[in-house]
Amino acid sequence: MKLLAVAIAAVLAAIVRIMFFTPIELLQGAAQKIYYIHVPAILSAYLALGIVALMSIVYLWLHDERADRLAESAGEVALLFTTVTLSTGPIWAKPIWGTWWTWDARLTLTLFLWFVTAAYLVLRGAIDDPIMRGRYSAVLAVLAVLLIPFIHLSVYLFRTLHPMPIVLKPDRPSLPVEMLTTFLLSLGAFLVFCVALIRARYRLALLRDATAVP
Amino acid sequence: MTAPPPAPAPVVHATLLAKRFGTRVAVAGVDLTLNAGECLALFGPNGAGKTTLLRLVAGLLRPSAGSVQVRGVDVRRDAHARSSVGLISHHSMLYAPLTALENVEFTARLYGLADPRGAARRALESMRVVDRAAVPVRTLSRGLQQRVSIARAIVHDPTLVLLDEPYSGLDEAGAAALTSLLQALRGRGATLVVVTHNVSEGLALATHAAIMTGGRFARFEQRDARAFDAQRYAAEYRELVRHGA
Amino acid sequence: MVPNAPGFLAASWIVARKDLAIELRTRSAFLSVVMFALLGLVIFFFAWDPTAVSSLDLAPGVLWVTFTFAGLLGLHRSFGIELEDRAIDALLVAPIERESIYAGKAIANAIFVSAVLVIAVPALALFYNLPLGRAIVALGVVAVLAAIGLVAIGTLFSAMAVNTRMAELLLPMLSLPFFVPIVLSSAQASTRLLANRPFGEVLPWLKILVGFDIVFAVACTVAFPHTLEE
Repeated sequence: MKLLAVAIAAVLAAIVRIMFFTPIELLQGAAQKIYYIHVPAILSAYLALGIVALMSIVYLWLHDERADRLAESAGEVALLFTTVTLSTGPIWAKPIWGTWWTWDARLTLTLFLWFVTAAYLVLRGAIDDPIMRGRYSAVLAVLAVLLIPFIHLSVYLFRTLHPMPIVLKPDRPSLPVEMLTTFLLSLGAFLVFCVALIRARYRLALLRDATAVP
Repeated sequence: MTAPPPAPAPVVHATLLAKRFGTRVAVAGVDLTLNAGECLALFGPNGAGKTTLLRLVAGLLRPSAGSVQVRGVDVRRDAHARSSVGLISHHSMLYAPLTALENVEFTARLYGLADPRGAARRALESMRVVDRAAVPVRTLSRGLQQRVSIARAIVHDPTLVLLDEPYSGLDEAGAAALTSLLQALRGRGATLVVVTHNVSEGLALATHAAIMTGGRFARFEQRDARAFDAQRYAAEYRELVRHGA
Repeated sequence: MVPNAPGFLAASWIVARKDLAIELRTRSAFLSVVMFALLGLVIFFFAWDPTAVSSLDLAPGVLWVTFTFAGLLGLHRSFGIELEDRAIDALLVAPIERESIYAGKAIANAIFVSAVLVIAVPALALFYNLPLGRAIVALGVVAVLAAIGLVAIGTLFSAMAVNTRMAELLLPMLSLPFFVPIVLSSAQASTRLLANRPFGEVLPWLKILVGFDIVFAVACTVAFPHTLEE
């Protein structure tokens, strides 16, 4: 519980710093500040998804229910952070790029991660037997890892061979020190928050499994 | 002076065999050794773990603890070792749209028999159901489906036959066919494990008798031991079940 | 008597034959899927503005989308028949590798899906005024590659979905993200083939399809036993 409290405090502190103590970026204006939420969110999601993938492999190999429980917890947290990414992205994109959505490789892949993570959780929800649930979701996770390069490759090819609407995309500016500090602080806060959430969710899963009616 | 040849591995050898489903313990530690030609009659109340035990021996379930081997081999891992095992369970394991003959012939092919259709016919004949061979299984009564299912299980002449309540659903003729089939199998040296609620039918063929409750063998004895009395055994079994163990 | 148990390929073919025999006996699944596919082609036609998009550009996309959803319908029944009376137990007790159960069902599904395509592709050429000869070559070749990927993924996921509470909904939800590279690459390749573009433009898409097929045929075969074990 303490870690979660600390994490929440860190995230709030980061938000305060973002809003009040970070200069407004010249070209993009105030909307650019979403970047400090958006990028840490997706990086945290990657961390959580990495845990899901790794724990799935461990579970298939060792059949240890703790690995499955950790994968489940990380999966839910991953969905949360991916949703945050996909929500903050368009909010940032509209004033900057002039469009809510574009099918560039990174966005499309993020959207896919969202779909696959959601499918992972729905699959888990549809199976009562804990052992079958662990195995099936682990199989899905491992196959999803294999899928990602194909999504990336086919979307990349699609874009390079297709004329896409030209979207004004300013180069990512090299961040001055203050902004970099804010970014790193926010990233740190998000990662701690991610880990804290996974831990809390894991404890919840442990409690649920311990009191499960046979 | 040469050493005597090693004794062949027992047909069924289970050590500390256990199976959990989540928090529910179905089999709580079973030791069992059956040699060739022996026949175990396994009795017990519902939920005692008999079906789970049979499925563990057949290689359908992975043990949570302990081990089980058929002739010294783990049949879950070794596909070829499954060639000599036959299973009859609560479910018919048949394909409803296919005919009786097609079902049994399919099984015969899976076991690599040289003449699958001939073997299928013979198996159906042994269970006195060959006159319904060309009829979709879907249209057969429960008792006739059971007969086809038994034919399917023994078409490859298995040397270890696992039977889970094989008499259920059978009428007198079907039961008689099954009994003579089991006698024929035993005559050929097959090993049998029969789960049944019918004590007299079970004891008729058995060399060993066991009562399973709460995932364990409450009693296990050799039937041809001098002290064995079938009627008293049946009575004691009924008492055990009535009072719960 | 210890019979000679069939090897991997022989066992797979025995399983495939059995599935096809069941399908031929009932026929209802095949007819439903063909109807669904044809209706899909027709509905897309009516949703199309011919002045905005040319037939050559639209038709492949229509085919692949319809094919994907029709394929899902067909794949769904693949494992249902095994669970009804626990016929799957008989397969698991038999002296065949678990993987050959998967391969057999995938082969049967591939034949099923190909049979649907044999009807759907000429129908597409008819409805959308495509040059028939070119259409069959362009779409047929790509269809074989697409079908392999579709069936590899779909057979595995139907084995999983059939054991869950919401099988009909779960199968599309699991499979569709995996179908996207197939649909994307197939549509791109066949559009270019239909428009007689140079083969160099088609090749990258075919490479993706072939790569996908190989990776997932192997991965799903390896993953399959994990969906059976208890």
